[in-house]
Amino acid sequence: MSLLAIKDLSVSYGAIQALSGISLHVEDGEIVTLIGGNGAGKSTTLRTVSGLLKPGQGSVEFEGKSIHGTAPHRIAQSRLVHVPEGRGIFANLSVEENLMLGAFSRHDADQIAADRERVLTLFPRVRERLRQQAGTLSGGEQQMLAIGRALLARPKLLMLDEPSLGLAPQIVQTIFQVIQQINREGTTILLVEQNASMALQVAHRAYVIEVGRIQIEGPARELAASDAVRKAYLGAH
Amino acid sequence: MPRDSTQSPQTRLTPANSGFSGTTGNAWYGLFPLVAGLAMATALQFILPGAAGPYYSRIVIDAGIAIVLAVSLNIVNGMTGQFSIGHAGFMALGGYTAGILTHYGSMLLWGSAGRHGGFLGSGELLFAASCLAGGLISAVAGYVVGLPSLRLRGDYLAIVTLGFGEIMRVILQQTGRVIDDAEKFRSGGLSQLIPPPVGGAVGFDGLPKYTSLFWVYSLVTVTVVVAYRLKVSSPGRAMISVREDEIAAQAMGVDIARQKVMAFVIAAFFAGAAGGMFAHESGVIISPRDAGFQRSFDYVIMTVLGGRGSISGVLIAAAVLTALPEMLRDFEQYRLIVYALLLIMMMLVRPQGLFGIHEIWDLFAPFLRRQQKAAP
Amino acid sequence: MADLVQTLITALAIGSLYALIALGYTMVYGILKFINFAHSDIVVLGAWISYTLSSKLLPRLGLDPHNPVTPPPIWVAAVVLILSMIICGLIGFVIERLAYKPLRRAPRLNVLITAIGVSLLLQNLGQLNFMFGASPQKMPALLPGWEIATLTFSDGESARSVVINLVDTVIFATSATLMLLLQYLVFRTKLGTAMRAVSFNPDNAALLGIPVDRVVSFTFVLGSALAAAAGFLYVMKYPGMNQPAHTIWVLLGLKAFVAAVIGGIGNVRGAVLGGFVIAFVEQFGAFYISSNYRDVYVFALLIVILLVRPTGLLGSPLREKV
Repeated sequence: MSLLAIKDLSVSYGAIQALSGISLHVEDGEIVTLIGGNGAGKSTTLRTVSGLLKPGQGSVEFEGKSIHGTAPHRIAQSRLVHVPEGRGIFANLSVEENLMLGAFSRHDADQIAADRERVLTLFPRVRERLRQQAGTLSGGEQQMLAIGRALLARPKLLMLDEPSLGLAPQIVQTIFQVIQQINREGTTILLVEQNASMALQVAHRAYVIEVGRIQIEGPARELAASDAVRKAYLGAH
Repeated sequence: MPRDSTQSPQTRLTPANSGFSGTTGNAWYGLFPLVAGLAMATALQFILPGAAGPYYSRIVIDAGIAIVLAVSLNIVNGMTGQFSIGHAGFMALGGYTAGILTHYGSMLLWGSAGRHGGFLGSGELLFAASCLAGGLISAVAGYVVGLPSLRLRGDYLAIVTLGFGEIMRVILQQTGRVIDDAEKFRSGGLSQLIPPPVGGAVGFDGLPKYTSLFWVYSLVTVTVVVAYRLKVSSPGRAMISVREDEIAAQAMGVDIARQKVMAFVIAAFFAGAAGGMFAHESGVIISPRDAGFQRSFDYVIMTVLGGRGSISGVLIAAAVLTALPEMLRDFEQYRLIVYALLLIMMMLVRPQGLFGIHEIWDLFAPFLRRQQKAAP
Repeated sequence: MADLVQTLITALAIGSLYALIALGYTMVYGILKFINFAHSDIVVLGAWISYTLSSKLLPRLGLDPHNPVTPPPIWVAAVVLILSMIICGLIGFVIERLAYKPLRRAPRLNVLITAIGVSLLLQNLGQLNFMFGASPQKMPALLPGWEIATLTFSDGESARSVVINLVDTVIFATSATLMLLLQYLVFRTKLGTAMRAVSFNPDNAALLGIPVDRVVSFTFVLGSALAAAAGFLYVMKYPGMNQPAHTIWVLLGLKAFVAAVIGGIGNVRGAVLGGFVIAFVEQFGAFYISSNYRDVYVFALLIVILLVRPTGLLGSPLREKV
């Protein structure tokens, strides 16, 4: 049984078809990446899985149970956590408040404190800024906060939407290292990226999506080596 | 940014070939609705009171005034998508202005505030001029109130217009007693005009009752024609584009500020003129209450039910909502409850109003088009 | 000097009422981004429910509600206050579920129109004979007419004294307590953090497992309960109660709304500040200029503030999303 299984999923915004029958699955322990250009349907896929968008057709199953039509907060409570594009930081709250919202539906105070400590060790920059307004953080710090906050929800599957967007290359390196580390510690990851070369380096498997359809799928290493992918997404000639 | 999701992105405007037309160059074609409307007003004036009696004539007059107010409010709320809830403030301002002019004007001209002259006689002409003046004063106020619309959006603007209506109401309450004695007024000098002698909280009583079917429906005709011309004209399309997507409209070169303020000025003008008619209607004493938001809400309800942007829809809603409570006198205490439920249900079920942006004749448009196709 | 102090005391009492009502407007605006026009009608309900409860409760205690020879025990006031807060909280919950929730993704203007509809509905339902009726009533005095303190000011020859009444003290103390509780709730608890998160971005809040609909409902319950408290306190001070659809109620609500806008709508502390600013402008204007124009001062101040600083005194600059 796959942790996440999407079958023949179609979504449209009014008259515009954003996804036309995509299927993908994520197995326990994997890093799977979904790469593709602007407007290919990557974010739409994640937003549908997390319940923000209503699917037109098809099925979404998490741990073998259909989450089709489930309210987004219920999906999050079932430990399928989505860090949205643009990081979803609440600029009007402090960094600490943002972080602790990750544990909103948990009640195990001791375990929460331990997880908080673990996140702050993972992201020392966040610890330094706990008392600031989250809106004053830099883009990289916000991304770290967003990932840290998601970890406080103890995700079984963590969906990251373009964590590298708008960040300096050095920060991107750090973020991707953390993603790998989180994965090694047992969290399954579905990573949406435009930065295909980085994504393919860290992922086990990859899907390439174009105008709402999965075009290519396979082990990340094979895709990184394939001519078609290199030409289209890795800027190789 | 807020936008009306109920409309398709491409606003469908009335095709130029459906019935009434906005084509320029043909003077007769353009004048036809005006002439037809005035003829109808004249016919109403001479036939209706005899045929239906004074009670029903009065309801028809009330409906006409409501139509002018609702259709003019629709220029602001329906076409530019702003939200004014102070329309009664403009109405009252125009009404009081016109009242001052006829009441004290009559005293100066003819030595008494009573009715002077017959149909289209000198008294009625003074009355018509006064309503015009009331409209112009309201238009100036409309300009002033419309200015904040350049900086404020949506609900903030709604509050400013509401504040305007309330300020009008409070100020009118503080006015002085009406001077009934023409001799005293003639000899009294300018100081008696401060505060304006328009009756304070009890209202402006004693105005000559000039309002008739003819005058009201002439104003209805002008209002509807202007509103319709505006809607199909290039400024009207510019206004609707402001409502649909302000930023896109701006990008297309529409001067948003100008359209918004212009809508306010035109709407206020007609509200003021209608206020003049209201103040001179027999059985009515215009009072500060008439400037308040409760009356404004009545007109908002009419535009919402009729369809924000649809002139004929709003016209029908205004007429029906004026006549209905008269028919259901026994249910007076339930009237507003029914209105309120209608409003809520409307927003839940059909937020674009009965007609949306379409005109009633658009419903027949497919039929007309088929006919045209059939013709060689 | 005596006049100044007297005006100050009145302004503090009235200001705390405005602030209580303004909080409801500002919380709903913060979270759903629309003016809840029906909020002032909850104040009216609070007042009339307090009246109904008192006139049912007092006879059972052997007291005549309309001719109180002996004042009722102080707990009666507390019970009436709390009950009417609970009832209004429930009404707020029902209104939100039935009228506003289906419009969560609708244009703001539609929600505003719905709110006007709800307001009209509440006013006119309230005036039906089997509800509260369409005639004014006199609120029974639940608070004893104690004088807390008498301040005497002498200016040369004559001395004038200003009395601080129990009513004004209770109004101020109750409002202050409620506002401090709210402040604690919003800024110090998990639920309050969730409320602020939802007001910033409901979708992103939902992604963290926050039940957005429940948070919104809770906000309505909270705002409505505060409005009910304001309604109760208002009729403690002014026992001559007008019928539910009377203009005076709408004006009370409107001024409180103005307070919320002046403070910076969506901002909880701003609402409190705005409430007192409005009350001071109104009371001092009424005393030192002319009491006839007290409503004009408030709306004029609103228009000036909106033009000079559209986001209010404590509001953050508008972020217009394209």
